[in-house]
Amino acid sequence: MTTVAYARRATEPTTEAAPRSASNGWWGMVLLVATEGTLFAVLLASYFYVRFKTSGGWPPDGIADPKLLRAFVMTVLLTASSFFMYAAESGIRRGRQRALVLGLGAAFLLGLAFLGLQIWETVVVARELTPRTDAYGSLFFTVTGAHSAHLVAGLLLMAWIQVRAWFGVYSQRRHLGVQMAAIYWYFVVAVQLAIFVSLYLTPRI
Amino acid sequence: MEAHVERLEKVWAEPAGIVSFLTSVDHKRIGIRYLFTAFAFFVAAGIEALVMRAQLARPREGLVSPETFDQLFSLHGTTMIFLFVTPMLSGFGNYLVPLMIGARDMAFPRLNALSYWIFLASGLFIYSSVPFGLAPNDGWFNYVPLSEKAFTPDKNIDFYALGLIFITISTTAGAANFIVTIFKLRAPGMSINRMPLFCWAVLATSFAVIFALPSLTVANTMLELERNWGFHFFQPAHGGDPLLWQHLFWIFGHPDVYIIFLPAIGIVSSVVPVFSRRSIVGYEWLALATVLTGIVGFGVWVHHMFATGLPQISMTFFSAASFMIVIPSGIQIFAWLATMLTGRPVLKTPFLYVLGFVVVFVIGGLTGVMFAAVPFDQQTTDSYFVVAHFHYVLFGGAVFPIFAGVHYWFPKMSGRMYHELAGQVSFWLVFVGFNLTFFPMHVSGLLGMPRRVYTYPSGLGWDAYNLLSTIGSGVLAAGILVIVLNVLWSLRRGAPALSDPWGGNTLEWSTSSPPPHFNFPVIPIVRSADPNWDLEDRRQDALRLERGELLLVDGHQTLATTVLEGEAEEELHMPSESIWPFVLALAFSVVFFGLLLHLYGVATLGCILVAGSIAGWHRPQRELQDQ
Ligand code: HEM
Repeated sequence: MTTVAYARRATEPTTEAAPRSASNGWWGMVLLVATEGTLFAVLLASYFYVRFKTSGGWPPDGIADPKLLRAFVMTVLLTASSFFMYAAESGIRRGRQRALVLGLGAAFLLGLAFLGLQIWETVVVARELTPRTDAYGSLFFTVTGAHSAHLVAGLLLMAWIQVRAWFGVYSQRRHLGVQMAAIYWYFVVAVQLAIFVSLYLTPRI
Repeated sequence: MEAHVERLEKVWAEPAGIVSFLTSVDHKRIGIRYLFTAFAFFVAAGIEALVMRAQLARPREGLVSPETFDQLFSLHGTTMIFLFVTPMLSGFGNYLVPLMIGARDMAFPRLNALSYWIFLASGLFIYSSVPFGLAPNDGWFNYVPLSEKAFTPDKNIDFYALGLIFITISTTAGAANFIVTIFKLRAPGMSINRMPLFCWAVLATSFAVIFALPSLTVANTMLELERNWGFHFFQPAHGGDPLLWQHLFWIFGHPDVYIIFLPAIGIVSSVVPVFSRRSIVGYEWLALATVLTGIVGFGVWVHHMFATGLPQISMTFFSAASFMIVIPSGIQIFAWLATMLTGRPVLKTPFLYVLGFVVVFVIGGLTGVMFAAVPFDQQTTDSYFVVAHFHYVLFGGAVFPIFAGVHYWFPKMSGRMYHELAGQVSFWLVFVGFNLTFFPMHVSGLLGMPRRVYTYPSGLGWDAYNLLSTIGSGVLAAGILVIVLNVLWSLRRGAPALSDPWGGNTLEWSTSSPPPHFNFPVIPIVRSADPNWDLEDRRQDALRLERGELLLVDGHQTLATTVLEGEAEEELHMPSESIWPFVLALAFSVVFFGLLLHLYGVATLGCILVAGSIAGWHRPQRELQDQ
């Protein structure tokens, strides 16, 4: 590579075309998700650690297996919301404002529905199991509680992006905010899948 | 050309005064604040250490009570690890990374300010326990069950647990900022394999932070929930397991040793070639070793727990991983030695500290390999041998390089030279004092002296070694005092420094000392790993400045490049000063003090303030204007 060619390329930043590689904001969000994902991995690892250290059944004696139906519906709702999020994101990538607004709206409502069900679920479970019952109860509520906190943060983020979308802030070229909200939301959904499998399904096998 | 520089001055200048002090986002100012604040914590922890050494100088000394002694070693360890070494190296990283890669600021300047304010706030949070006599008192790794409410009912442990959760926010945000800065803001032509080794080290460290710190957060959150909210994680009577704390702590703690140690290695790799007057030998190997150390560090946590009775097979695995860490360390040592031996070394202060580091670190490494053998570890665990070992690794591995860095970059940061003779005197005092303090601890440890005892009876053969140790710590303190005086004196009286007093190879030496607010009048273009030794390239930069190319003078601008190749991609507009990072850090403090004092209304208010500050921070005006 000659100096001249190189210097020329370097001195003419490609501000016109869309950037070829991911932007700062994208990387920032990915790293946030990486560290938060590790947080949940550690929480679930603690859950399994305590479980395998417990002799006898799991959940520990006298505690019923977690009920599947509501949690299953919740997981389905949240998974569905991620598809709407995807539709919104790929819509704006082609400059479709309607797809963006509708997709975000649907994803947000599904997330809200999830939150409602989660509260219901917590109230029901808490009738026989609380964080103070034993380590199982503590882990169950810590994991689901941490997830709910992240879900609420995700909903707030989405609401913000939503309002900005109504004002037409995003365009085919500039929609980093949407991209970032989407990454965060996929993460929230993925954690729910992990929670459903770990806390709800595995006690039954 | 003059006009361009003037314009840059105007765009980037931050006026003096209190407002600008609170709103600054200049990575150089933030970096220097980090360095000063971390050093202040070093002094605090050093004083705690001196008090301990005074107490241990002779048998049956009664200077401090056993309870105070517990607080002293706990606070000393916690401060040194979390409030001194890590932030000190963040300080170097903050100041140097943008300069080394030819950028004008960090990728997220406001987040950077936030990291600093949170570091300061969490440090003050932890130290606010001292006036009340409630400092952490369960050792720096805070094992349960001792740290549970039943055994430590007071708030000592809450200061520890909440304080560490608090500071984690700062460290994680800082790490993400470093990664993005290094990935995206390198000067055109600085492909990843031409990046200064210091930046490699910061990069590897930052990834380790991203994946290691959550474990610490989880552990401390569980502990707080257990202590104050009636949860159960660690109590067997309620289905928990105390070993869970140890696993969680060391999943974080062992990588943390490398989080401490890697940037220090980066400093060494910066100093060695410059003072050996040649390019570093085995650049690729060193970069690789840096990354490997960061990764293998995750495989070794269990070696802190060899004495807990884990299954044999897993012990064998972790033992092997502990031995493996020797390989990258060995590569590094040999690359440095080869560079020194084939170069023409100049024995200035920074280089002396590096040599001291190599000697001390090799000894620390040897005793470390001894621990990797499970049977040996089981014999010496919790004895003074361990105290000796980890001070050789931590002081040798981190503090010697930090002192090297302080002297090496002092001219760049201050625009003045330090006093060379005083520098060399400080080195010899520190080197001799260090070995005198910590070498005898190997012996007293092998003679059976346990760690964390506030006193001991005479007649066990430990007296002389302890006295030597205490004398050594006095010599060491004198050495550190000389450094402090040298810095203070040189800030006023030192000879003015040129832009490149050492003949350095990296880009920070290509700009003036101290650098202007905008770092570089023109974004440099790079074609090797020693860019400041490529005279022709630097001449081209000057010519481009004349011609007015690649100046980026419209606002806080810098250039984004591609992650691997470092090809120019787009001009970025960076955010400028803002008060929100400071406000947000205050809001977080409200949350944490609320939790500490069980004032949950206050904590909730704090959360609202946090949300409000985040919203204020992201007020969209700017972006709307852009579009
Ligand atoms: C300035 C000179 C220093 C002196 C004189 C010193 C001295 C001591 C002493 C006397 C202890 C207590 C040992 C015991 O009773 O078990 C101790 C513990 C410790 N020191 Fe230092 N130290 C120094 C620097 C450092 C540095 C630079 C670091 C880390 C970067 C460090 C990290 C620790 C840790 C982690 C502990 C263990 C605390 C615990 O037992 O929980 N020290 N040190």
